Amino acid sequence: MPLTDLKIEELELKANDIRQSIIEMLLEAGSGHTAGPLGMADIFTALYFCILKHDPLHPDWPERDRLVLSNGHICPVLYATLAHAKYFKLDELNTLRKFGSRLQGHPHREWLPILETSSGPLGSGLSQAVGMALADRIDNGRSWKKFFYCMMSDGELNEGNSWEAIMLAGKEKIGNLIAIVDRNNIQIDGFTEDVMPLSPLYEKWKSFGWNVLEIDGHNFNAIINAVDQAKAVFDKPSVIIAHTIPGKGVEEFERKYEWHGKAPNSAEAKMALAELRTLNGKIKSEHQ
Amino acid sequence: MIDPKQKLNSKIFDTSVEQVPIRNGFGEGLAEAGEIDERIVGLCADLTESTKMLAFKEKFPRRFIEMGVAEQNLVTVASGMAAMGKIPFVSSYAMFSPGRNWEQIRTTIAYNNVPVKIAGSHAGISVGPDGGTHQAIEDIALMRVIPRMVVISPCDSIEAKKATMAAAKTKDPTYIRLAREKTPVITTEDSPFEIGKAQVLFKPNTKKIDVCIVATGALVHKALHVAKTLEQGGIGVTVVNLSTIKPLDEEAVISCAREAGAVVTVEEHQIAGGMGSAVAECLARNHPVPIEFVGVEDQFGQSGTPEELIEHYGMGEDHIEKAVRKVWKRKNIK
Repeated sequence: MPLTDLKIEELELKANDIRQSIIEMLLEAGSGHTAGPLGMADIFTALYFCILKHDPLHPDWPERDRLVLSNGHICPVLYATLAHAKYFKLDELNTLRKFGSRLQGHPHREWLPILETSSGPLGSGLSQAVGMALADRIDNGRSWKKFFYCMMSDGELNEGNSWEAIMLAGKEKIGNLIAIVDRNNIQIDGFTEDVMPLSPLYEKWKSFGWNVLEIDGHNFNAIINAVDQAKAVFDKPSVIIAHTIPGKGVEEFERKYEWHGKAPNSAEAKMALAELRTLNGKIKSEHQ
Repeated sequence: MIDPKQKLNSKIFDTSVEQVPIRNGFGEGLAEAGEIDERIVGLCADLTESTKMLAFKEKFPRRFIEMGVAEQNLVTVASGMAAMGKIPFVSSYAMFSPGRNWEQIRTTIAYNNVPVKIAGSHAGISVGPDGGTHQAIEDIALMRVIPRMVVISPCDSIEAKKATMAAAKTKDPTYIRLAREKTPVITTEDSPFEIGKAQVLFKPNTKKIDVCIVATGALVHKALHVAKTLEQGGIGVTVVNLSTIKPLDEEAVISCAREAGAVVTVEEHQIAGGMGSAVAECLARNHPVPIEFVGVEDQFGQSGTPEELIEHYGMGEDHIEKAVRKVWKRKNIK
């Protein structure tokens, strides 16, 4: 069912708030990744404010859906989304990457137990999501009540471990597994198709026995529809290849791989926040 | 003489002593542990028979996952299952797991602090004819350097069974090192075993104790032979079975070193970073004594029979005896 215009506007504003938090926390941290978190803000917003079965008051609720962040370096978007979803106070975002912080530079489940896993080294998140789903199958058979989501980057599909997991999930026909690939076409050394071509990505996943969906990762209706379609396929795992714009929301940062692994300085952050607060000039005053 | 409290196999020094591969004990222990705790699941990377996970697979087909030849996936999938409350046992050859998938073990198992149990079979040079590619002689070093990882290297099949069943009851990430070849059965069902506890198997009936041998894995049997021979020649040697390499039983290691004043470590592993290094780190800090290390001296193995290789790479009874005499001499130079 398509979302109402009102709901879409609500999600867009939430994603905008999350993007502002990402800029603020990266500025405060002085290091970290900018492009990926901004590019994934819409998908994380859709997940935590519309799709996931979860309860911020009871993060260890056994029946919750599980979300594994495989490409741990985009954790600013996960932390910011969790804070906006009221898992913890927004103030804590300013501790990102600092000594003693629960918000480690790459996610650590022991420090922040609301996370499903620790991650950072690429290519091992999908295996963990597969393992979680297999454990759930042992307990509940194929009448599942929860879904297992794995957020992945396109760059990490260079890792052999990713394909080992893709092969196993196809073999085991894990219907309640949904991988979401951030297809932003950049990685540290440049454009993905120059560094290590992934194309034809759709066909690759398909040939491993997956149900493959391809969407615009900034279109809330498309994101939510794709997840609904993925849930409707019972005998295959699903992957949503979400085309996103790295750095989305701040024109200066968009589509530039240079922004993959650095944080904005104060002038850049000020410019970025002004752009986000005025919705790219659509609103004249920064203070609505 | 053998400490009677250890209730060891009475045929320990007979040529007719029963010989069983250490890995068999893992297979039996896992199948039995699976009966006791249904949270236990088994994952194997295309080596179900040779790593002895077959019995578990046949008994609990729903709780077994065939991973194919994919060791990185083996341990990361296990991590995910553990996050859902399972106690996964994963098995492959030690050369591939933990040899190939070290970072995945570090991050997704140890860093995450989940109770995955890694069984590395065919460890050591005694794998024999398969050659150097398949002889894991670096695995103790790889595993003991990871924070939280418990490292167990059983001396025979009975101890391997006990170690497996004990590991099934803990929340710790654990590595169990297993050997392929038939190994003399030293212990019995009644022998004491506890993770983290060293056992003094042999105390000499000489007037004084001259040297302490700390041994692990299949070579414990050779260490006992050497101690018995030397006892007859009037040299007093204690033999400690250090089946848990980490956490190290520091109290036992220090007390044996203090009593003997000289130590020889014996393992089927590179000298660098192995069990001997763990013992040396402990003694250097607490009670420095002369130490000699029996193990592989910074080399790769090759094809051959297990006995040929043990001799060629310096881990035979003669080598152990020489090391004992050498360290004894060093102790007595004041």
